[in-house]
Amino acid sequence: MSLLSRLRRVPFWSAVWFILGALYFILPLLATFEFSLSMERDVVGFKAYEVAFADKEFLQTFGYSIFLASMTIIMSIILIVPTAYWIRLRLPEARRLVEFITLLPFVIPAIILVFGLIRVYSAPLNVPFTDLTIIQPLTNYKFGTNILIIGGYMVLGLPYMYRSVDTGMRTVDVRTLTEAAQSLGASWYTIVVRVILPNVRTALLSGALLTFAIVVGEVVLASFLGVKAFGPYLFLLGQHRAYEPAALSFTSFLLTWAAMGIIQLVTGGQGQVAGGH
Amino acid sequence: MTQIALPDTQMPPPRSNLKNWIGVVPFLIFAILFIFLPSVRLFIGSFTNEEGRFTLANVTQLFTEKYILNSYWLSIKISAITALGGGIFGFLLAYSVTVGGLPRPLRSALITFSGVASNFAGVPLAFAFVSTLGRTGFITSVLKDVFGFAIYDHGFNLYSFLGLSLTYMYFQFPLMVLIMAPALDGLKKEWREAAENLGATSTQYWLRIALPVLLPSILGAMILLFGNAFGAYATAYALTGGRLPIITIQIGAQVRGDVLHNPNLGNAMAMGMVFIMAISLAGYSWLQAKTERWLK
Repeated sequence: MSLLSRLRRVPFWSAVWFILGALYFILPLLATFEFSLSMERDVVGFKAYEVAFADKEFLQTFGYSIFLASMTIIMSIILIVPTAYWIRLRLPEARRLVEFITLLPFVIPAIILVFGLIRVYSAPLNVPFTDLTIIQPLTNYKFGTNILIIGGYMVLGLPYMYRSVDTGMRTVDVRTLTEAAQSLGASWYTIVVRVILPNVRTALLSGALLTFAIVVGEVVLASFLGVKAFGPYLFLLGQHRAYEPAALSFTSFLLTWAAMGIIQLVTGGQGQVAGGH
Repeated sequence: MTQIALPDTQMPPPRSNLKNWIGVVPFLIFAILFIFLPSVRLFIGSFTNEEGRFTLANVTQLFTEKYILNSYWLSIKISAITALGGGIFGFLLAYSVTVGGLPRPLRSALITFSGVASNFAGVPLAFAFVSTLGRTGFITSVLKDVFGFAIYDHGFNLYSFLGLSLTYMYFQFPLMVLIMAPALDGLKKEWREAAENLGATSTQYWLRIALPVLLPSILGAMILLFGNAFGAYATAYALTGGRLPIITIQIGAQVRGDVLHNPNLGNAMAMGMVFIMAISLAGYSWLQAKTERWLK
């Protein structure tokens, strides 16, 4: 079949919608890319990228965001995998409650979450009706702020992480695997780490990458908790620079693209979305 | 579904049952510390006055303070418009690659791109739109230099309601594509054939069979889009610097410093948002249940 006759068989309106959609997708990226290349007058080049990547503050904040993302992913896995596993194995009656909790982040936007976290943890937390302090204000020192922001990110990623893991476990026979491992004398730790985890690794990878995409550019929690992460840095850079923010925006688009691309690849097109921030 | 029904028929002895709950305790503690405590604190705060006593004043103030009402209204308007616009456009796009007859490779390209774009929000998105439709943006210059049409002289402004809506659309319609493509796949070929055998035209098929079947999922998806835009903060703040006082930006100002001189009013504003989000999510799950009847 020649190209022309193939083209003739393409429905007109479908093609129109598709082209419009493609333009909406591509034009802003093209514009950002073009703008980021024009830092030097009359020269097209990667100067803006060189300058942006060489900035010490960029390296620090970006590294810090990657650290936060990794911690969020690790902690989420530690929290969610055993929970989802246990519910499948022993406690199906908790499923509704836990699923309800994992949906709550959809109702509580990031700005509300950080508002609440600050209200609760910027004062010492007392045992109810007494003056006994359990936790000193977490917002006052770096370790405390890290706990808050990683906890907050875990909440933001919770719906995606939980659903990935739970879907992953649906495809493996958790009960049989557990019984087999138990009859070979494996401990609970061994079962979860060496039997269950490897069996849901695809699901974990897609949940982890999605969490990564959410956390690395995240700006609301980071800026309100005063954490020097990449999101707030990029925002501030945009206040007094023109070309470097464009370069970094384009880079972060490529990062999102990479994360989503890998998810599509490993899950065979069943990827998820996080939505706006 | 059947897994949920199981424990009712074969109840284990209550004692071991209770012991089993230990397995989810870490998760529940996490939820209490990072979800419940913050929400409960905001909830209690919205019904407390500065002396720490119960009051309804904060909540009633939401409805009497003009600027708060305006902020809610602005947020609702922008979310509804981008949900509707993004919903319609996203539906047409999903249509074009599923039942619309476009070649298969275009479909996977669109789905992948939608996955990326729906996650591409916040500060980078705002900067991308400044490079595109800002005063010296790419499209602005092309329209001016090639077509001689200066959009900024004709009332367009990126840092306005329209500009923010266009920016939100970038993550709205891809989300619609991702939700609608599987739903459109669920339309059975037999329905169309049966309709055609009975002499229905294509328009009749769409208006009387396909759209009614799809309606719950279309509306449900649009509600999701609404919530998606309603909770957004970073994109709007990075783009307009707070000049467009949507409700999230007002709450943000509350967190930064007490501009209202009444912290509990801020709590009430936050709870109002949660309330609206909760209603939309309830509507979504209701529609979701209706959808499952047809699309398996």
